[in-house]
Amino acid sequence: MNTGTKNTKKNDEVWTLRLYVAGQTPKSVAAFANLKRICEEFLAGKYRIEVIDLLKNPQLAKGDQILAIPTLVRKLPEPVKKIIGDLSNTEKVLVGLDLRPAEA
Amino acid sequence: MTTAQGEVIHSLMIEKVPSGIKGLDEIMGGGLPKGRTALVTGGPGTGKTMLALEFLVRGASEFGEPGVFISFEETEDELIANGASLGFDLPGLRDRGLFTMDFVRVERAEIEETGEYDLEGLFIRLDYAVSSIGAKRVVLDTIESLFSGMANTSILRGELRRLFRWLEDRGLTAIVTGERGNNTLMREGLEEYVSDCVIFLDHRVNEQISTRRLRVVKYRGSKHGTNEYPFLMSDQGFMVLPVTSVELNYEASTERISSGIPHLDQMLGEKGYYRRSFILVTGTAGTGKTSLASTFTEAACRRGERTVYFAFEESPDQIMRNMASIGVNLKLYRDAGLLLFSAERPTFYGLEHHLLKMINTVEAFNPSVVVVDPFSNLPEVGSPREVRSMMQRLVDIFKKRGITMLFTSLTTGGENPETTDVGISSLSDTWILLKSIETGGERNMALYVLKSRGMEHSNQVREFRITDKGLDIFNVYVGPEGVLTGSARIIQEAREKEREEALRQEISRLEKNLEERRGIMESRIGQIRSEFEYEKNELANRIDEKNISLKSIARMRKEMSESRGGGSSGDGGRPKRQGRAKRPS
Repeated sequence: MNTGTKNTKKNDEVWTLRLYVAGQTPKSVAAFANLKRICEEFLAGKYRIEVIDLLKNPQLAKGDQILAIPTLVRKLPEPVKKIIGDLSNTEKVLVGLDLRPAEA
Repeated sequence: MTTAQGEVIHSLMIEKVPSGIKGLDEIMGGGLPKGRTALVTGGPGTGKTMLALEFLVRGASEFGEPGVFISFEETEDELIANGASLGFDLPGLRDRGLFTMDFVRVERAEIEETGEYDLEGLFIRLDYAVSSIGAKRVVLDTIESLFSGMANTSILRGELRRLFRWLEDRGLTAIVTGERGNNTLMREGLEEYVSDCVIFLDHRVNEQISTRRLRVVKYRGSKHGTNEYPFLMSDQGFMVLPVTSVELNYEASTERISSGIPHLDQMLGEKGYYRRSFILVTGTAGTGKTSLASTFTEAACRRGERTVYFAFEESPDQIMRNMASIGVNLKLYRDAGLLLFSAERPTFYGLEHHLLKMINTVEAFNPSVVVVDPFSNLPEVGSPREVRSMMQRLVDIFKKRGITMLFTSLTTGGENPETTDVGISSLSDTWILLKSIETGGERNMALYVLKSRGMEHSNQVREFRITDKGLDIFNVYVGPEGVLTGSARIIQEAREKEREEALRQEISRLEKNLEERRGIMESRIGQIRSEFEYEKNELANRIDEKNISLKSIARMRKEMSESRGGGSSGDGGRPKRQGRAKRPS
């Protein structure tokens, strides 16, 4: 868990985040809101959020192995990370995105 | 004796979808419950995935029902490769729009959970797959993998319950596989949600030989076979061998076919075996079982009948070479495609595996004669009763196909030669026993027809000889010391010849004697006759002399009376009168 070195490396990268939803459900709306808030706070200016509605594009679910809704996929930086749920627990989201060591 | 089980099952309410898996539909009374989800459970490596996959493949290729395979364990490539090992062309079916699959990877290490979620993603993928090909059948293999990938089991359980309802609402016939738990049918107790139909697969190792068993644990609203049934995964897919529900309704044939040995045919009511009968040949080592079987095979091929020879002891080449040495040419018919050799190491698989393979081979080659040499090499798996019923099944299946079977079976020296390893003798219609008899320092083979149903057959022991011109059967000598065979028989034959010769000589001697006597008699008769001739002449001369004297006396008397001047006429005239009176008579 040498997150210190990783963090410095990530600093100059643009984060690509993909949020999979299935229609405008309360969970999806909540997840998007939570994600937006966290990004603004921790990754201001160097992130991009893609929202994919599987009801409209069901064939895209296979590619990222989406099972649960909502699912947040960190495409960049590598490695790919997945967080499922409405992202209401900010601490867990930060750990999941490698923005904070798991011990915290 | 109607098909008790079969008809009851079909008359029941539940609508069924044939799985297309050989034997399984028979056990399940027609197939899986239509529009319902069935559970297939069992330990690791018991064939759950393959059973589920075949359900889709058969549905797609035989019943025109497209299928979706959602895999939680194997990738698409792995699935295609595994399917190919059972002879399934998954890419081909996919190209024809009859099959699609989706690999759902669940890796806990990659997933962080925060807050509320559902499995809508899975539903969307399933729905997308189902609607893309208009699927009627679905497999979820192994859905319990989700439990290792996600921490929130209460969400999972709720979602799975919703999933099963979702499948039912769409009228999809589904198979869900799961691993057996310690005390439950499935590790996560999913049988609570789907319990219309549960199939349990088992894989056990008995004396280093693995056997696979299948059992229908539960089938709500339908009767089903409740036994454990052996099954096989071969290159032609799954095959379940129902060991019960044996129907004795095959036709009996009155046609007779030759055993290939004229003398043996003679022993069997002059005509040979019955067609579509089961012939058992038992004997100790080296008594000519293979030769007898090969001769029968050759005879069948010569009649132009397709024959399968299952060799469990020798390789086909070796059999052909050995049989060529006794004038039985099997190679000719093998090359002509009339004869199929199927050789396999008997100890590699369990008995049911062999039986199922034999059925498969027979179905593919469609022979009218099947030879198994030797049957006793197949390992016994399970109780003798089980083996017996499996054998019965095989014999029935073959008889139904109109096949004449000849099985050889080795009995070891110590045993009673009239017992067979698997107790199949009572199944046999004709039972030939080969036995070696030791007399005068040599071993000879004796042949008995122990039984032959429905025909007159010889009750005599015959000597069975293997010559370079084939097999032959000789009458044996039954003397005070018992049955004589081999050299003893030849010695006996010589002895008899000697006695015959002696008698013949005696007769000719006596005949000569008789002739001599006759000669003597004849010569004596000649001598007597010549003596007689001599005496006859003598006597005739004397008679003449006497007659002359008599006449001279008469003349003298006449002259005397004439000289006296006719004194007494009476004496002189009487003979004349007499002579006159006699003349007319």
